[in-house]
Amino acid sequence: MPEDLQHDVLVVGAGLAGMRAAIAARASGANTAIISKVHPVRSHSNAAQGGINAALLDRGDDWEDHAYDTIKGSDFLGDQDAIEVMCRQAGASLIDMEHMGVTFNRDDDGRLGTRAFGGQRRARTFFVGDFTGQALLHVMFEQLIKSGVRRYEEWFVTSLIMEDGQVAGVTALEIRTGELHLIRAKSVIFCTGGCGRLFEPSTNALIVTGDGMGLVYNAGGQLMDMEMVQYHPTTLAGSGVLISEAARGEGAYLRDKNGHRFMEKYAPNMMELASRDVVSRAEQTEINAGNGIDGCVLLDCTHLGQALIMEKLSQIREIGIDLAGADMIREPIPIRPGMHYIMGGIKTNIDGLTNIGGVYAAGECANVSVHGGNRLGANSLLDTIVFGERAGNHASDATRAMDFMEFDVAATLARERRRIQEMMDRPENGDRWSAIRRDMGESMNRNVAVFRNEEGIEETISDLHDLRRRYENVPVHNKGKTFNTDLVFALELGYMLDCADTIAVGALERRESRGAQFRTDYPDRNDEEWLHHIVLTKGDAGPAISELPVTITQWTPEERKY
Amino acid sequence: MDVTIRVKRQDPEAPTGEGRMPYWQDYPITIADNATVLDALIQIREDDDGTLSLRCSCRSSICGSCAMRINGHAGLACKTIANTMVQDGVITVEPAGVMPVVKDLVVNFDLFWEKIEAVDPYLKHAGQEPEGEYIVSNEAMLHLSGVTACIMCGACVSDCTVLEVDPTFLGPAALAKAYRFTADPRDGDGDGVSMERLWGLSEPTGIWDCTRCNECVQVCPKGVAPMDRIMAMRDQAIQQGYDNNNGARHTDAFTESVGHSGRLDELRLPIKSVGGFANMPALMSYMPVAFRAMRRGKMPPIAHKNVENVEAVRRIFQRTEPEPPAPRVSINSPFG
Repeated sequence: MPEDLQHDVLVVGAGLAGMRAAIAARASGANTAIISKVHPVRSHSNAAQGGINAALLDRGDDWEDHAYDTIKGSDFLGDQDAIEVMCRQAGASLIDMEHMGVTFNRDDDGRLGTRAFGGQRRARTFFVGDFTGQALLHVMFEQLIKSGVRRYEEWFVTSLIMEDGQVAGVTALEIRTGELHLIRAKSVIFCTGGCGRLFEPSTNALIVTGDGMGLVYNAGGQLMDMEMVQYHPTTLAGSGVLISEAARGEGAYLRDKNGHRFMEKYAPNMMELASRDVVSRAEQTEINAGNGIDGCVLLDCTHLGQALIMEKLSQIREIGIDLAGADMIREPIPIRPGMHYIMGGIKTNIDGLTNIGGVYAAGECANVSVHGGNRLGANSLLDTIVFGERAGNHASDATRAMDFMEFDVAATLARERRRIQEMMDRPENGDRWSAIRRDMGESMNRNVAVFRNEEGIEETISDLHDLRRRYENVPVHNKGKTFNTDLVFALELGYMLDCADTIAVGALERRESRGAQFRTDYPDRNDEEWLHHIVLTKGDAGPAISELPVTITQWTPEERKY
Repeated sequence: MDVTIRVKRQDPEAPTGEGRMPYWQDYPITIADNATVLDALIQIREDDDGTLSLRCSCRSSICGSCAMRINGHAGLACKTIANTMVQDGVITVEPAGVMPVVKDLVVNFDLFWEKIEAVDPYLKHAGQEPEGEYIVSNEAMLHLSGVTACIMCGACVSDCTVLEVDPTFLGPAALAKAYRFTADPRDGDGDGVSMERLWGLSEPTGIWDCTRCNECVQVCPKGVAPMDRIMAMRDQAIQQGYDNNNGARHTDAFTESVGHSGRLDELRLPIKSVGGFANMPALMSYMPVAFRAMRRGKMPPIAHKNVENVEAVRRIFQRTEPEPPAPRVSINSPFG
């Protein structure tokens, strides 16, 4: 008989947001556990390279300046109350991380050093070389070890258990053994990251499959602003692997095939350091006009010098050598815009709480909303630790007065076992998950990318219908129990299809251009009709659309120029 | 490019005991010229054989999931360009070593993480934290970042020649992690000296159990150089006075012998290493080895002789000896 698994607070996902939430919940007294389909240090927070933003008062910076840059970056779609919370808290959260042991680069006085980053008027990005995310993630894992939080590593959540509109727990597959377990919980915090793999190519790791968004959506949760998908300006051709914005932060140029710095046409003041949506659009415009080389433009670091590159950009230099065969010390490297991040996600309030009782979300899977139509570089790490901590604290406090929901545990577990067994028993002749995912990714990247229009988006929506039909027969070729990734990938694909539906429907609905959403058929921002969030909930025939107002505190929307 | 990926597979659920033994499976595939070994394995998993299990995620050498043995040596599959590894049309892929296989290329990391946890892997600062950040030099942080760049992929553990025979050794990954604290000016006392850690690491299973084979340095995909960090901790430990152990005495005796006679006194080295004749039990434990050596005519001579021109050797020692031991990582303590 397996032991009875139950926790006051169960965190799903062990990246930066998840571990921060778990540590906070544990510290404020809750019986806390964290569950993740990979070991915590394998999480995708690793991939954040450039840094973490904070306005430190003793450096003469001001949280309100940071907030304004963030709001402008969001193309005024971010909720200003949430942005205020994040930017006010940034300094303290940053110093917390330093005290925990992060090896931040320093200035000549031994204080935390900064670098410039896109869309911001002053250098407030704190960094560890060009692997800031990895440095933070491993330190957070150290703190997780210290905290004594129970860890379920390589467990994959297959369903969210709801009882009377309140969360009651999850079912989860222990990947190593193939056993399905039920974990009861008073509250569940989703920190499952984005859903980038539903695009092909993407900078995202293979594990980034929208699991939390899919689970919450299917349980009646709200996904918001899903059409806001960030294409990063500098990704490697082919694999689509990320080359950090830190390169441009340290002074790299973008050049077309004739060596011309084309950004002067698009952002004469900020040049290469305009916000990401602006730079990606500029690159794609140049590439479409035939000014690129093999579908790429060039990232030129050659004038930065070997010493600076080796100290601050050594890892991306390695990636360039390994995967593109080019050493950025000596030659420019070919790059292009590539799918990178989703601003949209599970709608939460500033404490991470969703519209479902006991369900929280933080990090990339959540939409608080602090990024609105476009996220500034180095605001994502900040988002994870600020809102991860808040969600953990709130969930811990809230569960004090709560009891575990009563339900038939054995029947629930048996039902879920049957569902998965039916999937395993399907005939083997259907299309595999890999073929369906590739077709989905290519359709999304063709029509729901940097430039979009009605015809293209409708084509993708129709593709998604067909893909879902194919998915209903998706076979699992591996019939074993031990480390059956074939089964996990087939389950993940379901979440990805849900997310893809909401992204495409959101993109079709928003008939304007704002932030990352650029509609060639509606090329202007239209505050009168579209200065609101688009909310998607699961309906009988696909996502149902509603809207929520944007919270504006002190910054009135204005024309956005860089 | 046409290539055969030869994968060492293992299925614990195979119906018969024999079927559960490792076996080789060949996958002849066509891949792009610039494909990585991971690209090839993913292609197999997606297009040819859904039963093949491996861990992988980021594809850019940062998540540490895909360490495995490629042509016999540990490395990241995502960092290894396939066309550089082809031998007679074949690339051989095996699970990482030392750790037990779960299935195919997936190994069990439990022991790996137990060793990491055994070094108390979090900053321990005695006394009050400063209000703002710790004031430390950029050089100190850059030096540490060379170690915190470790992604815990397990390549070093896979190919560690000590762990292969002695599972109690903390191993290169955990010891590199330990160094990340012993060299951190923020860890330990007000001067950044991690006395307690260095004391613990000087115990058996710790820094003195490394045989300096250099494998971990060779296979590390992130340039962390675990063995070099272990050697640096030996210096740190001796500097803090933790020299009352076999390892430190062995180092001393070795240096003393060569510095005095120009060659190793193999008879007296073990005696000095264990602490001299006062440590009879340890000496007695050497007796079987001594008898076997004697029987085979390999007993070192009782009378130890100097090499010819020993003066030259001594001069070398004189010239190098006065150098003080390498200073610890530069510290600007916020505590004065």
